[in-house]
Amino acid sequence: MSVSFTLNGAAVAAPIEDEAPLLAALRGPLGLSGTRYGCGAEQCGACLVLVDGQPAYSCTLHSGVVAGRSVTTVEGLGTPEAPHPLQTAFLELQAGQCGFCLSGILLRASVLLRDKPAPTEDDVRAALDPHLCRCGSHNRIIRAVLRAAAIGQPA
Amino acid sequence: MNLAFRNAVQGGDDKPKLPGSLHVNRRLDQWLSIQPGGTVTITPGKVELGQGIITALAQIAAEELDVALPRLVVRPASTPGSPDEAVTSGSLSVQESGMAIRHACAEARAIFVGVAAQKTGVPREDIAVQDGDFVAPDGRVLGSYWSMADAALLAVEATPGDRAKPASARRIAGTSAPRLDLPAKIFGQPRFVHDMRLPGMMHARMVRPAARGATLAALRDGPLPGGATIFRDGSVLAALATQEHHAEAAAARLAARASWDAADTLPEEHAIEAWMDSAPREDSIVLERSAETPAPARRIARRFFRPFITHGSIGTSCAVATWTGDTVEIWCHSQGIYNLRADLTKALRMPADNIILHHVEGAGCYGHNGADDVALDAALIARAHPGTPIRVLWSRAEELAWGPASPAMIVDVAAEAEADGTLLRWSQQVLSNGHSGRPGRGALPTLLAASMMADGFPVPPAINPPLAGGGGAQRNAVPPYRVPALKVDMARITAMPLRTSALRGLGALVNVWAIESVMDELAAQAAEDPLAHRLRHLDDARSRDVLSRAARMADWPNRQKRDGIGMGLAVSRYKGSGAWCAAVAEIEAGERIRCKRLWLAADVGEVVNPDGSLNQIEGGAIQATSLCLLEAVRHDARNVTSDSWETYPILRFTDVPRVQAELIARPEAPPLGAGECSLGPVIAAIANAIADALGVRVTRWPFTPENIARAMDDA
Ligand code: FES
Ligand code: FES
Repeated sequence: MSVSFTLNGAAVAAPIEDEAPLLAALRGPLGLSGTRYGCGAEQCGACLVLVDGQPAYSCTLHSGVVAGRSVTTVEGLGTPEAPHPLQTAFLELQAGQCGFCLSGILLRASVLLRDKPAPTEDDVRAALDPHLCRCGSHNRIIRAVLRAAAIGQPA
Repeated sequence: MNLAFRNAVQGGDDKPKLPGSLHVNRRLDQWLSIQPGGTVTITPGKVELGQGIITALAQIAAEELDVALPRLVVRPASTPGSPDEAVTSGSLSVQESGMAIRHACAEARAIFVGVAAQKTGVPREDIAVQDGDFVAPDGRVLGSYWSMADAALLAVEATPGDRAKPASARRIAGTSAPRLDLPAKIFGQPRFVHDMRLPGMMHARMVRPAARGATLAALRDGPLPGGATIFRDGSVLAALATQEHHAEAAAARLAARASWDAADTLPEEHAIEAWMDSAPREDSIVLERSAETPAPARRIARRFFRPFITHGSIGTSCAVATWTGDTVEIWCHSQGIYNLRADLTKALRMPADNIILHHVEGAGCYGHNGADDVALDAALIARAHPGTPIRVLWSRAEELAWGPASPAMIVDVAAEAEADGTLLRWSQQVLSNGHSGRPGRGALPTLLAASMMADGFPVPPAINPPLAGGGGAQRNAVPPYRVPALKVDMARITAMPLRTSALRGLGALVNVWAIESVMDELAAQAAEDPLAHRLRHLDDARSRDVLSRAARMADWPNRQKRDGIGMGLAVSRYKGSGAWCAAVAEIEAGERIRCKRLWLAADVGEVVNPDGSLNQIEGGAIQATSLCLLEAVRHDARNVTSDSWETYPILRFTDVPRVQAELIARPEAPPLGAGECSLGPVIAAIANAIADALGVRVTRWPFTPENIARAMDDA
């Protein structure tokens, strides 16, 4: 009972059932904390990860589905030493309050910027619409995404 | 229940007055310690809720000690070591904790400089402190906090006297600083209590009853996944397992196998108003001022109704507990660990000394959510598994349905005025359950499981803090406008079918909406501009200032009447004693109401972290927009049915208004806290903008097409 895949660039094997949610694999045996439980029902975006570069809700996605594929979590987006431009911009604009919603939002925004390097404000709003933020940090988050777009994406 | 509340209830003492929470936690070493390695640790009793308080407190300390901000380490609150600052609530943390830290650090600086002076013979007033170094006029370094770090120096009580820097000398406090806690949250590092992993830890999920107050009658046997086991104490039921998803799956199976003795205990949703009118109640007079007034030319009587609403934290409530011998250690995101400890002593029937609580950050809570409840859940389960750390995480359904709700409210306003709209009489009657069911105050514990465990406790009805402590239902029920005759009454419903407690702003949200709606309507009747009408009824200069500023920001005088677009404004001083805020809202009335833009001006007195305060003010404004346009707790006679984000929707990115917020600088004035001041004015401004667009007064919350249609029918 083990699911093997690439996690943030490294090969991993998670001792977990195929049917277990990927969120459980990430936060459990794989020991990460950035991917968060918010609703378990694809309604808030707190658990969002990228599977082969595409957004996926890890709260409902079976671990077995990602076998042999590549998963990116917020930990794989950037580090304090080598931050993603989005992380730099979120820090510069202090885009967040409690921060619980941010991991999923950062990953979703990274897809937007990859697919559309110069988005409009409306593009950003539309892209982030599946994500809930209860602290009301939305406008700062939107500005930070636009700023990251302006800084430019890493090659 | 912050310290302001406690003092309002218990009265003061005869000790010499010290600032903020220092008065009741008087030793300097309760607040700060110097580390020889070159850092200062401050130990506030207030906690980080995502509002940025630890950064503001670090700024205040760095300022008074004259050390660079990165040298500050803020230790999260723990019992029994941290000062008891009651609850982190009511926008009082800078007043209570910040002023204590300012005074304590200023005194600590004076003590250290005094010792340096004594040792070197350099007069103390000639010694400058530069990033912790004590420097003589000739540039010689005489020592530093770090070289002289000696715990004994701070093992003294604070003394009265003003040693803190004047406002004009401040460089760090008053300048925007990045939040200390944000980087970890942006890089996904473990920081939340949810992220704690203790060796041998097991995961638990609660199984909630089929109805409010239901008792567990039977539990069918059957296999559980992942070696999961059952915890049961009376009607407190949980599944636990080594792996989290097994606990979750096992809880779902237990829910299907449990049968409950259930009864109808909630009023039907459509009959809630009638239930409130006839429920048992306790009446009180908030304020009464009689005056002879001439016969009025205008009369407005309106009833405003708001259903139950809830906090809706994005992360669900979570706690970890370990039982060792006769002591339990709990990590949780409670807003008041000492108050929680007081209720845990009652619920667990054990002495406070045997309960150790640590605050670990959670998701934003916006008031009293399930953070305290889940701590008791974890403690109960851990008691049955000595030595094993137990982590309990609430589900989304529990978070939305089983945490305390903010009570449904009815506010009846009757105003009389002269022909030109000048106020003569105002009466306001507030009816609701209590707005505070926080732990630690009464003879009975208020925690959820306390009423469900074997040999449990009845649920005490929520109360309203006295007005001097900020009030609850009656918060902001006294209009800020000049009016000769005034009567404000409050009725607290003493039956509590749904557990109620504090949500950001408490009664202010509905009271400000009601007052500002009636003021607007009076202005309209008298054909006076709503801004001018308010300004000439406001004696308070700072109210007028924020209102004028917000109006200027929105270019209020030049606004154009546009089809389907409305603009409205509102002003309020939070709690009548806190921060001032005015809002202008622009809405679009199509199939539904969309708030497009908000302009906010606030006066929070001294501002420690301007960027942080603006973040809070804007966040409150967006939350308020969501609350009034979308939110209502749905329920039937047995249960809350709005237990998912589909059934309890909140505002999403595409509907979030653009917000422009400004602070009026008052560096010399006492700090007042920014977290809650914008909510009431924003809700009222949106309601007034709807009236501007549609010519109808919306008096039922939320401001949905259904409720607006109803208002049109009633008009
Ligand atoms: S936790 Fe997956 S979308 Fe909410
Ligand atoms: S920052 Fe708290 S939920 Fe978004």
